[in-house]
Amino acid sequence: MALTTAMIEVRDLRKAFRLHNQGGVEIPVMAGAQLDVGRGECVALVGASGAGKSTLMRMIYGNYLADGGAIRVAGLDVVRAAPREILQMRRETLGYVSQFLRVVPRVPTIEVVAEPLLVLGADPQEAEARAAQLLARLAIPERLWSLSPTTFSGGEQQRVNIARGFAHAYPALLLDEPTASLDAKNRETVLCLIEEAKARGAAIVGIFHDEAARARVADREVDVSAFAPAARAEAL
Amino acid sequence: MTPLLQVKDVTRRYGARIGCADVSFDLWPGEVMGIVGESGSGKSTLLNCLAGHLPPDEGEVIFDTRDRGPVDTVTMAEPERRMLGRTDWAFVHQNPRDGLRMAVSAGGNVGERLMAVGARNYGAIRTSALDWLGRVEIAADRIDDRPSAFSGGMQQRLQIARNLVTGPRLVFMDEPTGGLDVSVQARLLDLLRGLVRRMGLSAIIVTHDLAVVRLLADRLMVMKSGQVVETGLTDQVLDDPQHGYTQLLVSSVLQV
Repeated sequence: MALTTAMIEVRDLRKAFRLHNQGGVEIPVMAGAQLDVGRGECVALVGASGAGKSTLMRMIYGNYLADGGAIRVAGLDVVRAAPREILQMRRETLGYVSQFLRVVPRVPTIEVVAEPLLVLGADPQEAEARAAQLLARLAIPERLWSLSPTTFSGGEQQRVNIARGFAHAYPALLLDEPTASLDAKNRETVLCLIEEAKARGAAIVGIFHDEAARARVADREVDVSAFAPAARAEAL
Repeated sequence: MTPLLQVKDVTRRYGARIGCADVSFDLWPGEVMGIVGESGSGKSTLLNCLAGHLPPDEGEVIFDTRDRGPVDTVTMAEPERRMLGRTDWAFVHQNPRDGLRMAVSAGGNVGERLMAVGARNYGAIRTSALDWLGRVEIAADRIDDRPSAFSGGMQQRLQIARNLVTGPRLVFMDEPTGGLDVSVQARLLDLLRGLVRRMGLSAIIVTHDLAVVRLLADRLMVMKSGQVVETGLTDQVLDDPQHGYTQLLVSSVLQV
């Protein structure tokens, strides 16, 4: 048995989209994807726009289905797991900061940020205190905390999304452009949050178009262009 | 852990026509399952079969009861099934008029369900009714008004209070936000989400509104012509639909 210390493991991952309403055309988007991310390690996915960075990330989160291969997050086989096992993984193990904030309208920002802790059964006051601390660090003015983030500016929504993603100390994290469109001060805060998460042992997969940010937090780069089905075909 | 509800090969026909066919799934404690599909796809027939309102022609609906463990509610004696409907189950109708007694006060509507399970102390019943009106954001001074004097959104919130006051473990909802304007819908969604999380409820929600299921449901079942054509995690089914019908459904939603 191979001894493995990777928190996130991807093996021979394959994916195609089948468009049933457009003549059943099949678009292969990924083949032979491999990835290993250990505790305390940050791996940056790189490659041109459309190369499949977000697709790979979404498959790790169980948001896109894989056609073949294996994904393991803290030992859970995401490709074959039952829905409730993936839900549990998302609550406890794997956080995801997407580029868009999706929330029930009318829920106050402080609750949106505290929610990942509340679903884990945390004490509501402690969860709100943690949320308040993150919102303050990310420079969301306190007078906005009781309002729904649906009315906030794009940059504010993104920071709320980041606060929410860091509320619980997930052992693994997926970050999709966490520093895009942030000012220098907030960008610095986000990079510090990422460094703190690494220091406590989180395994991180990130997409960073911000090269300086990538150079600072990423330990390695993985070019997903190598997993394009055409590139694979040529190599074989 | 045992599933709260195990649905096995449930089929219901209307003469030669199929209402729903061979539906199977497990629902776990704390999970919210959404059922989507166009009108006539069989989703309401299925919901009514699961909730004991309509006997299925075939199949089992096994509920994990408090005292006897998993029991098939299809073959269960009628009084026991009725008792489930008043205690561990709740049913929220699309039209609040179907789930409320319009000639009884708001407080009476909530208290009545408590009395049906044996509550007799007037003071305790009224206190509980007031507490629930507060949770669904109906002002205490409206407790003696009849629901006919309420707006549609308030009626729907009252129906939810009436249903949840007995602390059910499974809630069936048929288009709970249908017919409400969008701001009222958001308020109701917020309320339902909070209740699901705080009370650890499981729920099965039938709707044709994909935005509602995205925010409310953990898992999704897509129905077409009485058959389940696709199931999975809600965001996975909506973002990476596999079946042609689901792809059509998702791509037909107007973006706002």
